[in-house]
Amino acid sequence: MNTKKISYLGLMIALAFVLSYVEFLLPLNIGIPGAKIGLANLVIVVALYTFSAKTALALSVVRVILVGFTFGNLSMMMYSMAGAALSFAVMVLAKKLNRLSVTGVSVLGGVFHNVGQILVAILVLETGSIIYYLPFLVIVGTISGVVIGIVAAMITKRVRMGVD
Amino acid sequence: MKKNDIYLICIILIAAVGLVIFMRIWQRTNDSDSARAVVTIDGQEYGTYPLNKNITEKITQENGEYNLLQIRDGYVEVLEASCRDKICVNHKHIHYQGETIVCLPNKVVVEIVGGEENDIDGATH
Repeated sequence: MNTKKISYLGLMIALAFVLSYVEFLLPLNIGIPGAKIGLANLVIVVALYTFSAKTALALSVVRVILVGFTFGNLSMMMYSMAGAALSFAVMVLAKKLNRLSVTGVSVLGGVFHNVGQILVAILVLETGSIIYYLPFLVIVGTISGVVIGIVAAMITKRVRMGVD
Repeated sequence: MKKNDIYLICIILIAAVGLVIFMRIWQRTNDSDSARAVVTIDGQEYGTYPLNKNITEKITQENGEYNLLQIRDGYVEVLEASCRDKICVNHKHIHYQGETIVCLPNKVVVEIVGGEENDIDGATH
């Protein structure tokens, strides 16, 4: 790990942290609990394409812990950790398959972030009825995934030049 | 964006919309399943009949009094009764939650429980 990579990773964690804060300030109020834009996923996707999966995973975990302790509480951290883990696993798989571009991978990430959160919520609250929110969360995740994917593709092109 | 991405997005959106429609239908059928007519005689529960089955039930009591209850197409009415005034027989059929048919001489009350709300008339309970 050279100095350049370290500074890039520090920058990315800071970015993910700030994006989470922005999202925290602007809650998406459309009547669906748990619906989020997932702005921080932008940084994770960029890291996944610019650096390695391992680096992106570390970034994701650090982000969840930092944000959880700063803005949320332990239960919120649990939800976002489950969402982040599932979303990350699916994104790495999708990237390995090499059939999708950044946008598709990001869409899958956004959708499975919500799926993971719902699954944990079902386990914690011990009620299956919140599964009714799932299709709406999937739609929100898809839309935000498309936007983030397009932005991530643009960033990846430019950041990669800086790293090499 | 590749072609595969667009396929993926389309599949996800179609699956989500399909899931919504499926849940709506499932919810609806379950709702009509839970709608039922509860018959009480003198405060004692006599029986419960689901509204989605067409049946004709004769509610007889030990003293020989009876009311003939019919459920058809989700509507409940009393066809015949042994009472004097026949108010329950002349009562219009009931369907919405909270609606009742009362036969005072026989102390029979038929009430709809768990059905759909009547959105035309308000009701106070």
